Amino acid sequence: MPVRKISLIVVYMGVHCKIPFGTVTAGRIMCGIVGIYLKNEGLQPELGGLLAAMLVEMSDRGPDSAGIALYRDPVPDSSCKLTLHAANRCDWDALRTEMAANLQADVKLDVRASHAVVVIAASAASVQDWLGTQHPELRIMSAGSAIEIYKEKGLPVEFVRQFRLSELNGTHALGHTRMATESAVTTEHSHPFSTGMDLCLVHNGSLSNHNRLRRRLRDEGVDIQTDNDSEVAAGYLMWRLREGDSLEEALERALKDLDGFYTFAIGTKHGFAVLRDPIACKPAVMAETDDWVAMASEFRAIAQLPGVENAMIWEPSPATVYSWGQ
Amino acid sequence: MKAFDLNTDSVRELNQYLHDSPSGKLSVTNPAGRHCIACGIDNAVEVSIDGHVGYYCAGMNKTAQITIGGNAGPGVAENIMSGSVRIKGNASQSAGASGRGGTLIIEGDASARCGISMKGVDIVVAGSVGHLSAFMAQKGRLVVCGDAGDFLGDSIYEACIYVRGKVGELGADCIEKEMTAAHVHGLEDLLVATGVAANADDFRRYGSARKLYNFDIDHADDY
Repeated sequence: MPVRKISLIVVYMGVHCKIPFGTVTAGRIMCGIVGIYLKNEGLQPELGGLLAAMLVEMSDRGPDSAGIALYRDPVPDSSCKLTLHAANRCDWDALRTEMAANLQADVKLDVRASHAVVVIAASAASVQDWLGTQHPELRIMSAGSAIEIYKEKGLPVEFVRQFRLSELNGTHALGHTRMATESAVTTEHSHPFSTGMDLCLVHNGSLSNHNRLRRRLRDEGVDIQTDNDSEVAAGYLMWRLREGDSLEEALERALKDLDGFYTFAIGTKHGFAVLRDPIACKPAVMAETDDWVAMASEFRAIAQLPGVENAMIWEPSPATVYSWGQ
Repeated sequence: MKAFDLNTDSVRELNQYLHDSPSGKLSVTNPAGRHCIACGIDNAVEVSIDGHVGYYCAGMNKTAQITIGGNAGPGVAENIMSGSVRIKGNASQSAGASGRGGTLIIEGDASARCGISMKGVDIVVAGSVGHLSAFMAQKGRLVVCGDAGDFLGDSIYEACIYVRGKVGELGADCIEKEMTAAHVHGLEDLLVATGVAANADDFRRYGSARKLYNFDIDHADDY
């Protein structure tokens, strides 16, 4: 019995401490996440602007880097859409010409800061293979038919300006502001992480068993590129979905296999899902109006949205999968 | 009545004004989920906040009467010393954490860890509370008119918990206790004083079994 009491005190120190106020605040606010799903099609041209306002409001929670996954303008089945990131200067026009010639397909390429979105009349697998051999210096941020992922080091407000977020239309989007706690501050370590075709994950929290899980996933053939704990969570979902789980099944299984504190938001082609760890250590708020559904680490991000004064607002329960538009 | 609009006035200006004002009434509009609104007041002021607030609203409150028109984020009325804080909507986790006195009234629900480490505050929740509420609660009363989540009163000391609805799994060393006439009367007075419509006879009482207070010598060989 005394042992049990000691362990509970440790939990207690993690969630609420009697140490000075400022220290508690700093310890509790690692990263911010936001998500918005538009029910009103009339708002679709404004999606980027709405997301930008939410993201900037979460700057205090994550000043190290920012990123978004945005779903828009789905391409036909015969084509695919990839987001590429170039760490150094890239001659995107030359790449487009080279791709079109080598893959013998029409290529559309839209540059946005250090990233470019490529739409090509070919299968995603063939394009990924070609890029992997011909251009290993380029990182594939996302692949699918509607998803676009942009992420970069620096303050959210700078990210919003650099990537011209207010120009972007779309149906739904997720965003993340990162306060690095367990790995380096780089674009590669930033969120969202792609978890498969048109899928992505953002994470607020920290996983404690990510090293062991990373080894297991690599044994299963999942490509994990960094030492980041959130990428392991993304890789885990990718593995489970590949093994035939539905997204909900994969998330239910994650509750058993992932150890640590987390609120996850998972983007899918048609919507998004939210999951909090079983003791709800990390915050999350949700809100819904006739026009949109939103989630955020804190209400002040949702407070930026139009019509919020009439929104239904609630806090998602721990260990419960919430999803929209799937 | 003095009015602050947080679209134009800063939270710091508001709090400084509240710290400097010995009495009076004040309204706050457009809180928009901002943090630390009306914190550290040590004056008999009445504050009315129109909307939803963020983290640590009304923290360390002393003597002031604070009403929040909407929902409250984590740690509302944390370490409250005296006075009262009323939330018209729902409260996020750790409401009234480590509160030493005064009254916290939540007209909606409170989420996890409501009244964690409370040390004398009275907390009345018209709705339900989440898991690990009254964790390590030392003194004061937590009244829940709805249901209580799992691990209620885990490692509780001498605080008193009253629940009208269902209770999930009780926490370590928390047990149901007899509801005496004195407890019913005391609870009745608290419900009347806080304006929460409920019948004191409908509640059950929970508290410490006092089994964790001392090291159990029977386990000495385990270490």
